[in-house]
Amino acid sequence: MKIATGNDLTTGDVVWWDGEGWTRHVEDAVEVGEHGPALIAREEAARRVNVPYIIDAELTDHGPRPAHIKDRIRARGPTVRPDLNRRPIDPATGSWVI
Amino acid sequence: MYRYDQYDASIVETRVEEFRDQVSRRLSGAMSEDQFKPLRLMNGLYLQLHAYMLRVAIPYGTLDSRQMRMLADVARKYDRGYAHFTTRQNLQYNWIELKDAPEILADLATVEMHAIQTSGNCIRNTTSDQFAGAAADEVTDPRPWAELLRQWSTFHPEFTYLPRKFKIAIIASDEDRAAMRLHDIGLQIVRNEAGALGFKVFVGGGMGRTPMIAPLIREFLPAEDYLSYLEACLRVYNRYGRRDNIYKARIKILVHEIGADEYRRQVEEEFLHVKTLGIDPPAAEFDRIAAFFAPPAWEEGLSDDLDLADPEFRLWVEQNVAAHKQPGYAIVTISLKPIGGIPGDASADQMDLMADLAQRHSFDELRVTHAQNIVLPHVKKADLHAIWQALSDAGLATANLDLISDIIACPGLDYCSLANARSIPLAQKIAERFASLDRQRDLGELKLKISGCINACGHHHAGHIGILGVDRKGTENYQLLLGGSGAEDASLGRITGPGFDEDGVVDAIERTVEKYRAVRTPGERFLDTYRRVGFEPFKEAIYG
Repeated sequence: MKIATGNDLTTGDVVWWDGEGWTRHVEDAVEVGEHGPALIAREEAARRVNVPYIIDAELTDHGPRPAHIKDRIRARGPTVRPDLNRRPIDPATGSWVI
Repeated sequence: MYRYDQYDASIVETRVEEFRDQVSRRLSGAMSEDQFKPLRLMNGLYLQLHAYMLRVAIPYGTLDSRQMRMLADVARKYDRGYAHFTTRQNLQYNWIELKDAPEILADLATVEMHAIQTSGNCIRNTTSDQFAGAAADEVTDPRPWAELLRQWSTFHPEFTYLPRKFKIAIIASDEDRAAMRLHDIGLQIVRNEAGALGFKVFVGGGMGRTPMIAPLIREFLPAEDYLSYLEACLRVYNRYGRRDNIYKARIKILVHEIGADEYRRQVEEEFLHVKTLGIDPPAAEFDRIAAFFAPPAWEEGLSDDLDLADPEFRLWVEQNVAAHKQPGYAIVTISLKPIGGIPGDASADQMDLMADLAQRHSFDELRVTHAQNIVLPHVKKADLHAIWQALSDAGLATANLDLISDIIACPGLDYCSLANARSIPLAQKIAERFASLDRQRDLGELKLKISGCINACGHHHAGHIGILGVDRKGTENYQLLLGGSGAEDASLGRITGPGFDEDGVVDAIERTVEKYRAVRTPGERFLDTYRRVGFEPFKEAIYG
C-alpha cells in the first residue's frame, strides 16, 4: 500500500495522512493510491506539513507498517529512548521497528 | 573567557529578531519550506526524523557555568530534558518546536550564545584543543587565535556562500587532541628558531565520502599574517571550488585535483594582494582579545600529592585525569560514555551538576571535546576526590577515557535524516561487550568511532577501529575499518572487507582485539601493533 507522511510545520512531529487530515499515529494512516501525487501537491501548497511524501507500507493486523526502517523509526521514535516513543510501554515496538 | 562587546551583542540580538520574523512568516504560511529552509539552517535549525533539531555553537568548545546552566534550562523548558554534545564541540537539541526556536535563541543570547555558523556553506564554528590554557605541552593558548577566527569569519560577506561547508581547527601542541589534519584548514601554532610565534598551515583535510589528511601548505606563517593568509586560502577555494558537484565541492577535492604545490602557489599569489588590504588586526586588538584568556588566578605552592587509597578513585584518576601545567592542578575529563548509555548525551540535571563543579572547582570553565566528553580544565588536585564523588552520584564517573567504550558515535538513524544505519545501539552493544574495566584497561588506548552514514560525523575514518553503517537493501549493515587516527600520527582507516549485521560486527571487533592481544609486544597500543604487523593478520582473524 501507499501512505503519505511528513513532519508537522509547527512541532516537527511525524505525521501521517488519515484520509481527512494529518495524524501522529501511523496506525491510522490510509491508502492514498492514485490520489497520492495530487494529495502531496495540495498539502505542499497548504504549508501545514513539511516535505510531505509517499512511502510504501505493508498492511498488517495492527495497521500500516512502513516498508523502510527509517520510516518505522520515524513512526515510533528513537529506538534508544523507549521512554520517548509513541508507544513507550509496548514490548512489541522493537520487533515492529527492526 | 571571551566576553561579548557591544558589536557581538548587537549582531546576535539583531539576528534573533530577524529570525523571529522569519519564523512568524513561515508559521503564517507566508513563506514556503523551500524559502524558509536556508534561513533556518543559517540559524542552526535542522529538520530531523522526529522533530526540528537545534545545533548551538560552543566556540572552540569553551563555555562557563552560566552558559552550561542555560543549556540545561533550554533542555528542560523546550526539549525533553537532555541534550547531545557533538564531535564539533557543539550541542544539539533533538525535540525543538519551530514556534519556540526564536525564544530559545533569545534565551541563549542572554548568556552570549547563538546557533550561527552551525550549518550552511559558511566557515563553521572553529574547534580547538579541549586542554587549551591548561596543557603542559602547548606553545601558547590557541583560543585567542580561535576567537579572532570567530570574529573574522562571522557573517564574512565573501564566505557566506562557499562551495561547501568549511571547518577550521587550531591547536598549539605537538599532541593533536582536535583531529586538526582532518579539517579543511588545520592550524598548529609553533615557534620558529628565532622564537617568533607562527602557524603551520594544513589545507585540504576532511572525512566524509572522500577522506583526506591535509597536506602542509605553509611551514611557518608569521602571526602578523594570520588572517590575510587564511583569507587568501578561502579566496582560492571560493573561486575554484567545485560548485557543480556537491560530492566534489569541499576544498580537499580542489587541493587534491590541482595538487598541493599549485594550490600553495595560488594562495601565495593571492596573499600578496590580500596583505595590502589591512585585514590583520593591530597588535593592540589581539592583545585585547588575548586578555580574556589570561590564566586564572592559580594558587602557588600547592602539593601534587594525592591520596589514592580508594581503588575506584585511583582508577578514575589514572584514566580520566591529565597533567596540568600548573603544579597542584589537574585536568579532569568527564566521560559522557557510561556503559550502555548514549555517547555524548547529558541530562539537564547532569549539565547543571557539571556547571556547579566548574564554578566551584575549575575557575568557572568547562570544555566540550570532539570525542563528546566534558572537561574541567583547572582543578586543584586536592579537590579531585570530592569531584569524583559528586560525579559518581550523578552517573558521570565512568573511568573509560580513550578506552574501547569511550566511543564516538553520531546520532545515526535513531535521529538523523541523512543516516543509513543506527550508530547508538551499536555503541551500546560494544560498550556492554567490553564492560569490564579490567579488560578495557588491558586493551589500553583504543579509539572506536561509529558513523551511521558516509558523511562521517562519527569520525569512523579516524578510528583505531572505525565502523560505517550502510543501507544494504533496506537493512542495516556495518563495515569495519582498521588503522585510522585523528591524532598527530593521523591516518585513515582501511575497510576490512564485507560488512556485518549488528551482532556480527561486535563479534568481529572481539576477534580483532583478541588478535591484538595475541601479537602485541609490551607497551604497544592497538594502533602501534596494527601498524607493525599490518592489515592482513587482522583481516584473517576477522574473516577466518
